[in-house]
Amino acid sequence: MLVLLLLVSVLAFMLIINAPIDPLVAYIGPESTLSTQAIAQVEEHWGLNQSPIARYFIWMGNVLQGDFGMSMSFKRPVINVIQERIMYSFVLMGLAWTLSGVLGFAMGIAAGLRRGGLFDRSVKTFCLIVQSSPAFWIGLLVLSLFAVHLGWFPLGMAVPMGVPAAEVTMFHRIQHLILPLMTLTIVSMGRITMFTRQKLSEVMDSDFITFARARGLTEGQIVRRHAWRSVALPALTLQFASFAELFGGMALAETVFSYPGIGAATTAAALNADVPLLLGIVLITAVFVFCGNLIANLLYGVVDPRLRDGGSSA
Amino acid sequence: MLRQKPRISLTPRSKGSTRLNTRTRLVIAVSVAATYLLGVFIWGWFLDPSSYAVHFESQFIPPSWGHIFGTDFMGRDMFFRSLKGLSNSMLIGLLASLISSAIALAFGTASALFGGKVDKLVLLAVDCCMGLPHLVLVILISVALGGGATGVMLGVALTHWPELTRIVRAEVLQLREAWYVKASYKMGKSRLYVAAKHIVPHVIPVYIVGLVLLFPHAIMHEAAVTFLGFGLPAETPAIGVILSEAMRHIATGKWWLALFPGLLLIVAVLLFDTIGENLKRLLNPASAHE
Repeated sequence: MLVLLLLVSVLAFMLIINAPIDPLVAYIGPESTLSTQAIAQVEEHWGLNQSPIARYFIWMGNVLQGDFGMSMSFKRPVINVIQERIMYSFVLMGLAWTLSGVLGFAMGIAAGLRRGGLFDRSVKTFCLIVQSSPAFWIGLLVLSLFAVHLGWFPLGMAVPMGVPAAEVTMFHRIQHLILPLMTLTIVSMGRITMFTRQKLSEVMDSDFITFARARGLTEGQIVRRHAWRSVALPALTLQFASFAELFGGMALAETVFSYPGIGAATTAAALNADVPLLLGIVLITAVFVFCGNLIANLLYGVVDPRLRDGGSSA
Repeated sequence: MLRQKPRISLTPRSKGSTRLNTRTRLVIAVSVAATYLLGVFIWGWFLDPSSYAVHFESQFIPPSWGHIFGTDFMGRDMFFRSLKGLSNSMLIGLLASLISSAIALAFGTASALFGGKVDKLVLLAVDCCMGLPHLVLVILISVALGGGATGVMLGVALTHWPELTRIVRAEVLQLREAWYVKASYKMGKSRLYVAAKHIVPHVIPVYIVGLVLLFPHAIMHEAAVTFLGFGLPAETPAIGVILSEAMRHIATGKWWLALFPGLLLIVAVLLFDTIGENLKRLLNPASAHE
């Protein structure tokens, strides 16, 4: 499994190495007055004249010691930039993940219980539209409605502008968090709702539910005592497996709301040709997605014990 | 088995319009959706650039009969600009999904037919590709290729094959055990012959559905990457470009700049989904139970 993580890092490194970005130009700027000698010195110092494979091993060796290099656009160590920003993103993603999971699950159960009813049809339409619309577009609509027209929430950023860091209160932070959170929750909800709805109606057709009905349980009792258990674990598994989508949505939402998290940093790093930062973020992202998939794989084993022995590649 | 409400009703429905059976209705839905999409594509393709040209005297006109989507900060008509943008996005999406699905077909078939090391390699590549969020990988590839239309197109093409590969592989794995395939092997046909003559034709329906369903993802990711500034250059009309321009003016209440182009994109995506899902049910009777 760890091999995969290593492969992803090789892939990312090779892609960036081959990009038409000259690290020197990116660092010094296009109008450099450095002499050829000085340039050669810098190249020597950075190891730019070595083979890509050697450069990969140097980089990987440093990364393993916790040194991700210096960010060119922030002029600070990459690890500091990431540390500072990852808190914003983790709070945002964690809350959106939980909220979309709980809300989506509840909506899916309610819709799946009465297939074809009014609620079911509206939920289905809502999910279809949400799944078909780009995350940033939903973000723009949310921004336009709640921040511009209604004026309930600030336009963007994580803290109010022009307020000293010491005076930023929890209220400010929450106020700035709500709109990105809403966007990301809406975006992530479609999949889990549709899945729960489908799964519940499958479960409701199974024999043990028929038996429960025969014992005279009401529909509500059946869901509370039996059905939801059969749906909850697969739904949780799906939620863990969707870390990659969550990250993508987060990056777009952060860009729309200028929220200073890791997603906004990704685009900034790529646009400014800030290679060390970009690589650092890619690595962190890979670990993040990897953890989600690992948990999902472990949960698959719990959900379906047949997968536990040997069938891992199925 | 005892059920409370039978799903299949034996009494004919009372409405008069039920003469059309499900199959006919699916065919009609697919044709209508396809006609609309093709129409938008061709209209956008042959659109006269002067219809979305710059008119500084008519900046920021809200939606009206003259400009049904309004105009932007350079006085360009948003309806025609969005139309052209959607057409451009569709072209990129089409190329990307064609490449992506070709990779999936080749990888999926090879993986299932040859098994062993090839299978392991393909699965590793799939996992590797899924190990990063699509968005991040598309950005990486796009940056590596120097951005622009080719960059984003290849970026999307090279990231969207894993899911279809898995589907194709599963399908071929099943087919491999079929009697007629085994018979063909026993008659001394080569693997390549069996693959081309017996297996690929049977995978084609799955493949076509996969291709159509890939399309919306491709368009959405193209729009997202362009929105972030890595895809199509800012002067081309594209949905991503239009929406990122809209973002700059949304704080001053120019809501129409974002709402309508996005709606146009969603309608296209939904219709592609409709076509894909309906084709799936048309081509595979087993999934028509719903």
